Amino acid sequence: MRPMPITRKQATRLIKRLPVNRSVSTASRTGSRVTRMAKAIVKAPSVPAGVDLLKKEKNVGSSYDTDWARSYPARVARVLILNGVLKPIIDLLATPTIHGTDRLADLEGPAIFAANHHSHADTPLMMTAIPEPWRNRLFIGAAADYWFTNRVTSPISALVIGAIPVERTKVSRKAIDQSLELLADEWSMLIFPEGARSPDGWARPFTSGAAFLSSHSGVPVVPVFLQGTNKVLPKGRNIPRPAATTVVFGSPMYANEGEDSRAFAARIQEAVAALGDESATDWWQARRNAASDTTPSLDGPDAVSWRRSWARTSKAKGQRRSWPKV
Amino acid sequence: MPRPGFVLDVDRSTPPILFHHGEGFRLEKLPPGRSRVIYPAEPIEALKNPDGAIRDALVNPIGDSEPLTALLKPGMKLTIAFDDISLPLPPMKRPDIRQRVIEAVLELAAAAGVDDVMLIAALALHRRMTEDELRHAVGDRVYDAFAPQGLLVNHDAEDPDNLLFIGETEKGEEVEINKRAAESDLIIYVNINLVSMDGGWKSTATGLASYRSLRHHHNPQTMRHSKSFMDQHKSELHSANWRMGKVLRDSGVKVFQIETTMNNNVFGTEGPMSVLQKREWEWSLKDRVTVAGMKTALDHMPQRTRRSIFNSWQAPHAMTSVQAGEVEAVHKLTTENVYAQHLVQVEGQTDILTMGLPYISPYNVNSILNPILVACLGLGYFFNLYRGRPPVREGGVVIMSHPTPWEFHPVHHPSYIDFFDQVLTQTHDPVVMSEQFEKSFAEDEWYRHLYRTSYAYHGVHPFYMWYWCSHALEHVGQVIIVGGDVRAVRRLGFKPASTLQDALEMASDVVGRDATITHLHNPPILMADVS
Repeated sequence: MRPMPITRKQATRLIKRLPVNRSVSTASRTGSRVTRMAKAIVKAPSVPAGVDLLKKEKNVGSSYDTDWARSYPARVARVLILNGVLKPIIDLLATPTIHGTDRLADLEGPAIFAANHHSHADTPLMMTAIPEPWRNRLFIGAAADYWFTNRVTSPISALVIGAIPVERTKVSRKAIDQSLELLADEWSMLIFPEGARSPDGWARPFTSGAAFLSSHSGVPVVPVFLQGTNKVLPKGRNIPRPAATTVVFGSPMYANEGEDSRAFAARIQEAVAALGDESATDWWQARRNAASDTTPSLDGPDAVSWRRSWARTSKAKGQRRSWPKV
Repeated sequence: MPRPGFVLDVDRSTPPILFHHGEGFRLEKLPPGRSRVIYPAEPIEALKNPDGAIRDALVNPIGDSEPLTALLKPGMKLTIAFDDISLPLPPMKRPDIRQRVIEAVLELAAAAGVDDVMLIAALALHRRMTEDELRHAVGDRVYDAFAPQGLLVNHDAEDPDNLLFIGETEKGEEVEINKRAAESDLIIYVNINLVSMDGGWKSTATGLASYRSLRHHHNPQTMRHSKSFMDQHKSELHSANWRMGKVLRDSGVKVFQIETTMNNNVFGTEGPMSVLQKREWEWSLKDRVTVAGMKTALDHMPQRTRRSIFNSWQAPHAMTSVQAGEVEAVHKLTTENVYAQHLVQVEGQTDILTMGLPYISPYNVNSILNPILVACLGLGYFFNLYRGRPPVREGGVVIMSHPTPWEFHPVHHPSYIDFFDQVLTQTHDPVVMSEQFEKSFAEDEWYRHLYRTSYAYHGVHPFYMWYWCSHALEHVGQVIIVGGDVRAVRRLGFKPASTLQDALEMASDVVGRDATITHLHNPPILMADVS
């Protein structure tokens, strides 16, 4: 037999040095078949040159579809998360005192719960404070550019807090239409009409979203006053700290005949302010203040920041004055 | 559409009938052919918007009265009096009707700039209400706004500094009521008219009165001439209160009366208790299992546990009407609305009247139904729930079903214990006991102290409970209690029986073997309109 020009060992070494075969030989040496398959699944295929990819429909942000989060299994999961995780945490951190649920005794069907907004703690606090049966069929209008930014936060927001995305940066009817559909389907809504958390503890002017939805759906608005959550998790902080909170539910409100959404929104804001007064003083004093048009406003004095902070910390009973942090 | 009350003639196919028996039940087969059962009407429809109806009533008063908005003025002295823990029965689920009405009144008072406001629980000689009970009645908002400042108080019928003698009626009855109320520019009285006896001038003239004033109509003579005290036009109790009301009105005391009625939805339409509100032949398999389960469980529970279960029950009563304005005009309309729920037409009287007594009466809310209260509930309240003639003929027999335990609440009913030991061992005659014993109990300093500072009924209260039975005791030939504590029943002067059959056998000695039997299927409350 004629001898080979090079030995088998030399041939193997030569093959390994050829650039064209390097990846194949490395893969065969470094991974099992399963690993290779997994990698093939995870790794996106390369795009041939000169081929235009189809534009993929975005499924985050305001386009995120939350219908699945209102299916029966998702609702069961949400109840378990709410009672098993969120409620114990809220009870520990916020120790809420809840007033005024008796005002909902005659309320049948869904409601739009409209609360002032200080903190991210407001949402779980409200979700545990809203009484049954509204608590079990509740959705929340949440900022699409904050809660639905990617494929991880979107399903979490939809599942845990029952959120639907609301566009804050541009005009969109999608959230309004979806909210009206859900209200018609006997779902209740939690909404923070200020649109964003208060930066200094005073409320921002109420937008007309809740009022608009109520006028167009016939579902009443329940004004809710929240206090203390800005201490649990103020804007700008990520680590909560324990503090006492108060939730005061008001009487259901309907739009008056011919009343536009802005006027109704202003009335909702006044009702929340009156509940705040009731919380700071007592119900009788709050009614007298409301009658004499001297209910302290929710949005605080028109003054520089330190004076607003000064005024806020002095109005609640038993609170120490504090200088604003600089 | 709720079905009206009716009378069922018992035949062989009639199932066993439910008898309330304290904190439990009995199922009794009534003899066919000579028995009938009076069933209450189903709960009538509630007001769709009770708060709206209240606001509407306040600004559109009945009778010779201005709207409340016109009566409220800055600088005035306003007193809001309201019914105490004895109403409604059982206590209702929150929000209580009193809370709804008082909040609506205070809204108007705040808008009118009224500063001087005081709230008084008009409890006459009943025990003081606890903080929890007051909170339940008026709501947390009102309680927190007024009680810490001492502006929400229990009426004290023994406080000489806070009582005002107003005058005497033409029959010499002294009228003395709460001084703060009497000196106010306006009294607003908030009623819950559970039965037709409640409301009218009885609210102010009794609820805010002193012992000196109350003794003129809380006595055996008045009660024997009230046939019945649930029928205002044949009630001497009401006549006396109306005379006192005239004295109040003539002296310048201004009352704005608010009366409310409620349906008899006592046990609800859902849950295990709802079966108690259904007619026995309509019990489903689930209902029958529920009754069997409840009865078995209750029969094996300690008395204390049973009592705490029943005392925690809050009824889903709902408001059916609200009237406001001048006292008599308001009460007339209210009474019609009460009758719309309670009246059941009944033809003729019976020889034997049977009744199953429940766990609760006006005087043992969150407490114990002691033997004296058992007698009062059966012979005072249930017996008197009639218009026209008593359902049982004169000389007939009343058979009541109740365990009648020899048990008293030591805090709520201290004078009852002594009444049971010292008075009922001497006499059962209301007239004799009023002459020989009442004064010493009424003026006892220890009972007075407990009434004013603890949570005790007034010393004279057990006498009033016995007087409440006066009409029945005079009318019937025999009273038998089924399933009661034998010694306690005998102390009351009644006959004990182990079973209903035994009781019927004993009754036959008085009314004969073929006596007719009528059973009051109460609660829910009914009132027999006997022709």
